[in-house]
Amino acid sequence: MVAYIIRRVIVGLLMLVAMSFIVFALFMKNPVDPAQFSCGKNCPPERIEETRVALGYDQPLLVQWGAFAKGVVVGREYPANEKMREANPELVTECAAPCLGYSQQLQMTVNDEIKEAAPISISIAMVAVLIWVIFGVLFGVLAAVFKGTLVDRGVVGATLFLYAFPTFFVGALLINFVAIKWGLFPSPGYVPIAEGGIGQWFVQLLLPGFTLAVVYMAGYVRMTRAFVLESMSEDYIRTAKSKGVKSPKVLFKHGLRAALTPLVTMFGLDFAAVLGGAIITEQVFNYYGLGKLAVTANNNYDLPTIVGLVLLLGGLVILANIIVDILYAFIDPRVRVA
Amino acid sequence: MTDLSKTPAAAPAKDGAFLSVRDLKVHFSTSDGIVKATDGLSFDLERGKTLGIVGESGSGKSVSSSAIMGLHRGTNAILSGEIMLDGVDLLKVSNEEMRKRRGRDVAMIFQDPLSAMHPYYTVGNQIMEAYQVHNNVTKREARKRAIEMLDRVGIPQPDRRVDDYPHQFSGGMRQRAMIAMGLINNPSLLIADEPTTALDVTVQAQILDLLQDLQRDFDAAIIIITHDLGVVAEMADDVLVMYAGRAVEYGPGKEILTNPEMPYTWGLLSSVPDLTASTEAKLIPIRGNPPSLLNPPPGCAFEPRCDHVAKVGGDLCRTTLPALTPANSGGYHTKRCHIKNADEVYEAEILPEIAPDLVED
Repeated sequence: MVAYIIRRVIVGLLMLVAMSFIVFALFMKNPVDPAQFSCGKNCPPERIEETRVALGYDQPLLVQWGAFAKGVVVGREYPANEKMREANPELVTECAAPCLGYSQQLQMTVNDEIKEAAPISISIAMVAVLIWVIFGVLFGVLAAVFKGTLVDRGVVGATLFLYAFPTFFVGALLINFVAIKWGLFPSPGYVPIAEGGIGQWFVQLLLPGFTLAVVYMAGYVRMTRAFVLESMSEDYIRTAKSKGVKSPKVLFKHGLRAALTPLVTMFGLDFAAVLGGAIITEQVFNYYGLGKLAVTANNNYDLPTIVGLVLLLGGLVILANIIVDILYAFIDPRVRVA
Repeated sequence: MTDLSKTPAAAPAKDGAFLSVRDLKVHFSTSDGIVKATDGLSFDLERGKTLGIVGESGSGKSVSSSAIMGLHRGTNAILSGEIMLDGVDLLKVSNEEMRKRRGRDVAMIFQDPLSAMHPYYTVGNQIMEAYQVHNNVTKREARKRAIEMLDRVGIPQPDRRVDDYPHQFSGGMRQRAMIAMGLINNPSLLIADEPTTALDVTVQAQILDLLQDLQRDFDAAIIIITHDLGVVAEMADDVLVMYAGRAVEYGPGKEILTNPEMPYTWGLLSSVPDLTASTEAKLIPIRGNPPSLLNPPPGCAFEPRCDHVAKVGGDLCRTTLPALTPANSGGYHTKRCHIKNADEVYEAEILPEIAPDLVED
């Protein structure tokens, strides 16, 4: 088992290295001049050249990537050019490991950007996950148990109805009615736990959390329903029934246990994806999370930020995959031994 | 108890049998119409005796036994008739009452022990559960009992293997564990649904031996469902041949195997390879396929596949369902066939084909 985990981690790291190179090459070697954009509009040619040297864009791609990779491992300093750092020591920015880059536009390291934005995204993600897992699985099981009845059709129909709404529409609807017109919730705005305590933090996250959860919830209801129905038609359910086990126990101990495996897989990957920022939700509610950061960076052609965010998200998904695989071993004894 | 005069087709009359099934019908209503999976089944079984139910896939064997277990409750199945177990009609008791009887009075073991056991729980856990459902005991006591049972069914090192998962057991061991699970509450009726079909031939014999051995110890009645006539010959005191949801021949096992009087049974016997038979013996498969239970033939369900229709004459086979009537060999051997002299036909036409060496010159 330990060997298996080590192998998975090594493969994961190799994937990250490969991914970083591809992302780096894709973004840095394209027809658009990154130095031009870093410098901004109306930038005189000599300033562009200066920026190019300062960010190391004058170097060959492999050298750039090497410096980037080294920065991730041991950290680095900006400007990238040594002579520039010596000439203006007061302008040197320290970027500690794992250094993901420096954004000229925002005048800060990508790490600092992420450090500011990540708590917001993580908060939204956690509240959303809480909502969609609890209600998604609950309604899914309910629909499966009452398969073919009004309950089943109602639940499946309602989730499909909600699923059909685009996220920005649900978000705008909630802001407009629940927050503004009916005043049931304070108008959305992120309040860190340190400022407002856990209660206010949670309440402020309910609307964006729910908005993000709606889409996933529909999928989880459908999937849970299908997984539970599938496992309830297995032979071992018949065995449990013929032992005289009570029906709730047949459902929860025997049926749900088997439906858990595919759900955990789905959950791991989805959770990693929302941790990396909910682009539309954050945009609608104006929360400066990773999603909104990505949108802003994209609009400004802030390449270092984009590269950093893509790598972060990729790393999260790879990590989630490894965790899911390890969880599998705990859920399924057949994996544990093999 | 049972008024047999009301169900003349249900001929076998052994009053007060331990298990007495009368005119059992299991119908499923589907969007295409009513599927008559079991249509008027009757048989009796005493404690310590074994009934073999034989038939092709889809003949209603498993559906009927599931009905005895009450496993059709909560589905769209429509059941009627009577299943008297020790004087209680299992079709009439409440769901909760039936649940309490399941596993305690009536237990079942299934065809494929790998899929019949939950892959995520240890074998011991699953056997303990069967015990704990019906007995108010501590975990430790249940575990002790599970180890005892595993030992009884011949699992080596039961105290260690009890913590194994089903996939760590071999096929034969899994079936042994299933039997341990089925017998842990000392049920008076054990239904074995093709218990050896998924197993190696060598293991099959061991499992059958084990079942017989345990039957002596526990004095249980056993219904063994199979399409293997070898298993029937080995195990069954009585045999019920099913076709298209109905009994087509019923009687003492020996009678059915040596003097069958229904062409379908002949077909089954002709399809069995015999190790000791001469090489002249033919293996004759039954032509065609079982009929749709949605639209069964109006007359004898076997008529479309039967080679002996001409012996009856007229349209009788095609138009009239033969009743289950006493066979010529006597006793409680009954058959569902229009052929009057079926025993003679068997001696003269079938036996020489399948077992030439048995025919006296």
